[in-house]
Amino acid sequence: MLCPPAQAQKKLKNTEVASALKGYFTLADNGFVSPDSEGFIRRWMLLDPISKPNSTNQVFTIKYTRDAILQEYFPGQFTMMPKDGDRVRVVMEYQPPVDVSTSYSTYNPDDAGKMIKANLYWHALDSDHFFVKLFRFAAGLDRDRYGAIFWSVTVINCDEDIEDVRLSVGANCGGMWWLNGEEVLLLAGDRHMGVDSFVSKHVTLKKGKNVLRGATINGIGMSEFCARFVDDNGQPVTNFTVSCN
Amino acid sequence: MKRIISIIVGMSALLLAMDSAFAQAGQPFIHDPSTIVKCDGKYYTFGTGSGGLISEDGWTWHSGGVRPGGGAAPDAIKLGDRYLVGYNTFGGGLGGGHANAIMVMWNKTLDPNSPDFEYSEAFSVAESLPDEDCDAIDLGLMLDPSTGRLFCTYGTYFGYIRQVELDPVTGRRLPGNEAIDVARNCEASTMMYHDGWYYLLGTHGSCCDGLNSSYNIVVGRSRNPNGPFMDNVGRSMLQGGGKPVITAEPRLMGPGHFGRYIEEEGVEKMSFHWEADLDRSGRSVLGIRPLLWKDGWPVAGKAFVPGTYEIQSIRSGYALQIDVEFIRVQGGMRRRGEDNQPDVPIEGQQLADVIGTWPEGVIGVKNDFFLARPQQKWQVIPVPEAGGYLGGPYYKIIIEGTNKALAANADAELEAVPEFTGAPEQLWRIDQLTDGTFRIMPKEVPGHTEPLALVSLGDNSPTLAPFNFHSDNSKWDFIMISPLK
Repeated sequence: MLCPPAQAQKKLKNTEVASALKGYFTLADNGFVSPDSEGFIRRWMLLDPISKPNSTNQVFTIKYTRDAILQEYFPGQFTMMPKDGDRVRVVMEYQPPVDVSTSYSTYNPDDAGKMIKANLYWHALDSDHFFVKLFRFAAGLDRDRYGAIFWSVTVINCDEDIEDVRLSVGANCGGMWWLNGEEVLLLAGDRHMGVDSFVSKHVTLKKGKNVLRGATINGIGMSEFCARFVDDNGQPVTNFTVSCN
Repeated sequence: MKRIISIIVGMSALLLAMDSAFAQAGQPFIHDPSTIVKCDGKYYTFGTGSGGLISEDGWTWHSGGVRPGGGAAPDAIKLGDRYLVGYNTFGGGLGGGHANAIMVMWNKTLDPNSPDFEYSEAFSVAESLPDEDCDAIDLGLMLDPSTGRLFCTYGTYFGYIRQVELDPVTGRRLPGNEAIDVARNCEASTMMYHDGWYYLLGTHGSCCDGLNSSYNIVVGRSRNPNGPFMDNVGRSMLQGGGKPVITAEPRLMGPGHFGRYIEEEGVEKMSFHWEADLDRSGRSVLGIRPLLWKDGWPVAGKAFVPGTYEIQSIRSGYALQIDVEFIRVQGGMRRRGEDNQPDVPIEGQQLADVIGTWPEGVIGVKNDFFLARPQQKWQVIPVPEAGGYLGGPYYKIIIEGTNKALAANADAELEAVPEFTGAPEQLWRIDQLTDGTFRIMPKEVPGHTEPLALVSLGDNSPTLAPFNFHSDNSKWDFIMISPLK
């Protein structure tokens, strides 16, 4: 069972996306939703993964993780608020198809460093789980499932300032997170996704819109993250809504 | 996070000149070890690949175990008078699919030299598809002592840890049994039961990268064998939670693949591998530690560190000592009007101050108030040539600065002999108990076959008697005075 590489993909209809991601995601509407009862943020704009082959998951040092994520792949990477269906043109490393019927990669060393142009699309999605299963997002859309960077953006809407809370993220594997353009978390190293693995310093969710942006990077294996805000007692913060715009 | 199974090919015959004091002796090279199982007086554990380790005494290990099927990460359990041995067919997804199967097979014995040694045909009890959120590898088997039900857990970082139930008579999956998700994002799962709780063990961190492997063993617990298994801060293992059981140590990296071995009530061990033993070229080796229970949670005991100790009776708080005359030490008290004099450190009583008053021959042993006297300072030193027991070497216990050795005599009493000779009655087994205290047992008691332990029948009167975990008479603490130089 061969999964074609990213550059072979075309824009899918929303019905096709919904079908491909069934069990993991549903299409998000233009409205507002609350975080779940444990504070997990489930509504996200997710960009098709950017290919970033990693020979091993042991490479995710602080420098590697930062360099890989901070490289500019598309305009407005750190500032844009995308809409569902927006296209992004990127130049990224080529990856061969993955053969999931075997336990072995079809990686060819001759392809190392080969660059391709690809059309990637933003998708407005609600996760069916407390976590965001990036691997299934990529696999479902026939994108690069291993060795990839996943960009995610959401909007936190507050009726008033919420001070002294902390962003809490668990992820498999590395990543970086920004709140309103300010870097608040860096996840380096090879790790499993656990709830509350990394917790930021105090941040303020200001009245109105707050943009929460994340990038998750992984090599071979399962890619996913979960995110919520917690107070100093580790209790979830839930008095806000989440939207995709 | 990904999993890489490194196939251990041909356990090396490398012999170390000096065995590490903290790992097992011999050639304990293994990866993904199965739970240790005892068969006809010998200990067995199987690893990734096709082989396994055997030990006559539980301390010195060598290759020789036989497990067909290849694959990886086996487990083994004794059920009745047979052994059920399982493994997975492949070694986890390496950049591709995750189609795997958990295979199990029976054998009447684990001794490959026995005429009864013959594995049944292996059969599958769980599978994973090429592209589902589970990888059917790393099985763990548990027989529920309270119900007789046989559970099997499996899985890796690639999705969920799943649990299925097997028929303890046939080893096959119970008809109609559906796999249950019990954890996520860990490896090397297994279960155990203790005091009304079910515990799900898993390994977090990365494996198979030598000194960089961050493997560590975690646990969650539930009153229900199907979970949910919660950790110490209220996280479900389905949320990636897990309370630490054992983590890396300065010279030993990456503990993973937990297995429990119950010797008797109050004496439990946990087996696992260290991803890298820095004293053995960074190789993956078998680890065995005491398994302790603290506030209802399992934690690994520490390796016993050779050194000079006060050996304190839990019953009385008194210290074990040779029965010699108490010699007073001058000084300490101040008279009125001397309060303005500066404080200076003073030496306590030294061996040279008193040894001339000690008898030359055999000396009795008693417990008494600990006053840091030379007769109360015991050096506990491993004796590598004496072999060992499950997880530890035999020790000699001598008065610091002398060769006067704690010994058992033919009357099943304690004494200190003038010179340590290596005789079995002068060798001591030290087991950390599940409550963190220690059991101290002579290797042999002359003329006695019943196992006896160091017991305080009176506050001041240690002797040798059957061990009783429910009595503080049988328990001791080792309070370090100084590590072995």
